[in-house]
Amino acid sequence: MSVKQAREFIVSKGVDSFFVDLNSAVKFNIRFFREVFLPPYEGKEIIKQCYEIGWKSLPLISLTGFITGLVFTKQSRPSLAEFGATSWLPSLVAIAIIKALAPLVTALIAAGKVGSNIGAEIGSMRVTEQIDAMEVSAVNPFKFLVVSRVIATTVMIPILMFYTGCVAMLGSYINVHTNEMTSFVAFFEQAFSKISFLDIFSSLTKAVVYGYTIGIVGCYQGYNASQGTEGVGKAANASVVVSMFLIFVEEILIVQITNSIRG
Amino acid sequence: MENERQNRGKDEPVIKIRDLYKSFGSNRVLKDVNLDVYKGENVVVLGRSGTGKSVLIKIIAGLLTQDSGSVCVLGEDVSKLDDKELLELRLKIGFSFQNSALYDSMTVRENLEFPLVRNKKHLKRKEIDASVERVLTAVGLAQTINQMPSELSGGQRKRIGIARTLILNPEIMLYDEPTAGLDPITCIEINNLINRVKEDFNTSSIIITHDLTCAKATGDRVAMLLEGTFAKEGTFDEVFDSNDGRIKSFYNYNFIK
Ligand SMILES: Nc1ncnc2c1ncn2[C@@H]1O[C@H](COP(=O)(O)OP(=O)(O)OP(=O)(O)O)[C@@H](O)[C@H]1O
Ligand SMILES: [Mg+2]
Repeated sequence: MSVKQAREFIVSKGVDSFFVDLNSAVKFNIRFFREVFLPPYEGKEIIKQCYEIGWKSLPLISLTGFITGLVFTKQSRPSLAEFGATSWLPSLVAIAIIKALAPLVTALIAAGKVGSNIGAEIGSMRVTEQIDAMEVSAVNPFKFLVVSRVIATTVMIPILMFYTGCVAMLGSYINVHTNEMTSFVAFFEQAFSKISFLDIFSSLTKAVVYGYTIGIVGCYQGYNASQGTEGVGKAANASVVVSMFLIFVEEILIVQITNSIRG
Repeated sequence: MENERQNRGKDEPVIKIRDLYKSFGSNRVLKDVNLDVYKGENVVVLGRSGTGKSVLIKIIAGLLTQDSGSVCVLGEDVSKLDDKELLELRLKIGFSFQNSALYDSMTVRENLEFPLVRNKKHLKRKEIDASVERVLTAVGLAQTINQMPSELSGGQRKRIGIARTLILNPEIMLYDEPTAGLDPITCIEINNLINRVKEDFNTSSIIITHDLTCAKATGDRVAMLLEGTFAKEGTFDEVFDSNDGRIKSFYNYNFIK
């Protein structure tokens, strides 16, 4: 085989497998939307997953959110001080946190922590045939494992985002209060003066979309894990990489859409 | 012998496999497999590692689909069933996995309850507990009820795996290498368990193995899978009295061990 032929072969193989993967990913999503509305509903499992995903992410999210707010405020102060505009700090910080940082930080942390966990957990159930075992005992593993986890991430990421936003604003307030002696009420009045309903709605939409992405990507990677322990590692890794990539793409899309609505 | 065959011939086999082919890419695993399993009999499928024994029973349980040929279980063509019909058929099939496949995030009790709670919603707590106790006692592991699978030995895991399939009272049991990797005494225990399950739960079974002791102890009939097709079928002695060199070497190899 000549180098040219080899290259063509590899490229065409890559393109082929990309479309095969895309096709199965689309089918996986369609299957989710078909099964999510059909009984039986795995209520107990959904609540358990919400607990796992939400509660167990709290420490990490609290720390990251707080530091993000604090550091962002601290680093923005000198530039504003040049114009004698430090009084704008609260609204600047609020815009940054609510419109961009809270959803992104929450989503990226969750992609790392929750996404990899889902990928590894379902992946190891796949390679140790636990998913097959569910199937042969007449339990629908897609419903039990996938639907419950995707619902849980879609519900919990927005809640975590609100929480991250609050903690970040608190971090920011502490920094502003120690430097400018701004009172609590004054800080939050100023902070929210520039925030519209559309901003909050847009962030909420982002969080829902990110939550769905993290859940479905983790489940997809785990569900389709290849055999062997290697497959588990790959699934966990791909869950993080793919969902982070998609989160950035979605971020751009949603910002564009929001801006065009704003007109 | 002949007479017995004719008698059996009167009723339909519970598992009927015809002209089954299955390949993965260029790897042709099953080539023209035919097999009948009749009610109340234990059929042992013998074969070397990698000849497609696991693939065969996964096709029977509908976990894999064949390339061509047909598999009828309890009169239903497995590959032609829709999702709901397949679930219903699976309630009647017990599948004991080669590596047990216990749910490792659940205790033994939760493992056993899992198929029951989800498939028989009308059951009361008391009835579920009674069923769990019944199958645990059947496999002789009542004391492990609150343990996690990771705390069990390989043989115990196998038995819990079998218990989990028994809880739905299957008509058909599929055992994938029930004795692989176990010491000879545990093997004998498992063989006895398989025979007891046949009597007590009234099952028909396919037992996959490359362990001749297990084949001899549990099999009413033995079928030898060689290079993707059944080379020889009959009672244990019939199969191993054959002059086929490949079967002989399998036999010798096992006894040298
Ligand atoms: N899902 C799969 N995808 C691709 N190839 C597979 C798959 N499952 C099995 N095979 C191939 O099919 C062949 C038979 O595998 P199988 O697991 O049935 O062997 P086996 O007879 O059960 O062996 P063992 O005694 O080691 O369990 C192997 O070559 C294996 O590589
Ligand atoms: Mg096998």
